[in-house]
Amino acid sequence: MTEAPLAQPPSDFRHEPSSRGTQPIVQSLLKVRGLNAWYGESHALHGVDLDIAAGETVTLLGRNGVGKTTTLRAIMGILPKRTGSVRLNGREMIGTPLHKVAAAGLGFVPEERGIFASLTVEENLTLPPVVAKGGFTVEELYALFPNLKERRRSAGTQLSGGEQQMLAIARVLRTGVTLLLLDEPTEGLAPVIVDRIGEIILEMKRRGMTVLLVEQNFRFASRVADRFYVMDHGQIVDGFAAAELPGRMDRLKEALGV
Amino acid sequence: MTMVFGVPVQALLGQLLVGLINGSFYALLSLGLAIIFGLLRIINFAHGAQYMLGAFVAYLLLAYAGIGYWGALILAPLIVGLAGAAIERLALSRLYDLDPLYGLLFTFGLALAIEGSFRYVYGSAGQPYAVPQALTGARNLGFMVLPNYRGWVVVASLAVCIATWLAIEKTKFGAYLRAATENPTLVRAFGVNVPLLLTFTYGLGAALAGLAGVMAAPIYQVSPLMGSNIIIVVFAVVVVGGMGSILGAVVTGYMLGLCEGLTKVFYPEASNIVIFVIMAIVLLIRPAGLFGRTA
Repeated sequence: MTEAPLAQPPSDFRHEPSSRGTQPIVQSLLKVRGLNAWYGESHALHGVDLDIAAGETVTLLGRNGVGKTTTLRAIMGILPKRTGSVRLNGREMIGTPLHKVAAAGLGFVPEERGIFASLTVEENLTLPPVVAKGGFTVEELYALFPNLKERRRSAGTQLSGGEQQMLAIARVLRTGVTLLLLDEPTEGLAPVIVDRIGEIILEMKRRGMTVLLVEQNFRFASRVADRFYVMDHGQIVDGFAAAELPGRMDRLKEALGV
Repeated sequence: MTMVFGVPVQALLGQLLVGLINGSFYALLSLGLAIIFGLLRIINFAHGAQYMLGAFVAYLLLAYAGIGYWGALILAPLIVGLAGAAIERLALSRLYDLDPLYGLLFTFGLALAIEGSFRYVYGSAGQPYAVPQALTGARNLGFMVLPNYRGWVVVASLAVCIATWLAIEKTKFGAYLRAATENPTLVRAFGVNVPLLLTFTYGLGAALAGLAGVMAAPIYQVSPLMGSNIIIVVFAVVVVGGMGSILGAVVTGYMLGLCEGLTKVFYPEASNIVIFVIMAIVLLIRPAGLFGRTA
């Protein structure tokens, strides 16, 4: 926690033609090196390297089952069997007990959203302890998500799928974490809700939050991301800036099987 | 004399009251058991031993420290709760990653060891524990004479059950507890120290058992076997109410106490088995229990 303040990455870095995503940034908020992870005996990640600078939104792309969700879970430490290095602000997170990871600045929105059925909407929203200043207040969140305010006394799982996703994101925004791991936030949601979630991510960017996103919805990802990583077989195989996206579309579509 | 279904009203009301008092202990004990099972997923077979410990701590506090009932009502649950927390930290917490059977076996062995030690020292006969001065005597309710102490047990256990339920449903601590019961990993990822919450919860469940033990001491005497006598019934209560359901445990505790009382009036021979018959029927019709959520 006594690290020197982070230098911002060069503002024009996004337009640089550096295509290997493994080392595009000099100093990163999140620096992952040689991350291996296992589900029981099954070896799921084979040396993932990635960097994310403060304020960036980075999207992990890849076909189903290549290890995108596993990467988020391994960074967070929800997957306990992992080796390698995950440094947040220079602080090593591997070996940090899971309940101390949030205080270091990592927030997590799981793919299944993780809304608690036995808690009301408001209890769900205020459940995660605030770990740092600069998070959204409950009032700001209710202004951003009026539906949640209307239904704050309902049980969390009585919300629609879209509302549950909003709640899952809002819940973490309150805590003041600096880096948000967001797993497939648009999965199974109507286009109008997807647009709304896109706006929220852009609002988060405006407030200087950093986001690592796993997303299958290509159109959505291209709207919000500054940079992309492509995964295959539990490894990062490619990385490029958003500006390079149009020229790579054909190759990507083939690689992703879309 | 007024009769209902061929039974004198006095006898009926009298047995219902006995049922309510037994039900008070069932409710207190099954409440602790349900809280522990809900969060730790461990069937706490040591619950009866912790109930017995509560009574014995009260007895020993009086015998060796001159601390009476009211002091024991605070101190004994605290001591039993702390002992429970220590056991969770030192032993139970090492078993969470294993098959739930290990937790069950461990607490079962613990119960046998505790009860065996007390039996070795104090024998099987009960030690008397006097009703506190302020609660001696009885009052005439018109249909029956109610000893003041038993009235106090009904009121106090109801108050403790309601307070515990409110703490779980309405407070921040309760929200952590409910959320961790559903998904401990995610709650931990949010920065809540779930391992500590587990320790505290086991301590709380043990303390509730200890409290029930102190309250039982003047009624049932203080005996090493008092826990194993009642705990089987309490397990049936928890199963009928629905494993892990807090409200289910409390409501079912009182309800089955009353059923037992009623059976004593109408068919005394069946009063010892009625709770288990109800359990069997409930398991056939609603395997998740009356208040349980089917997964």
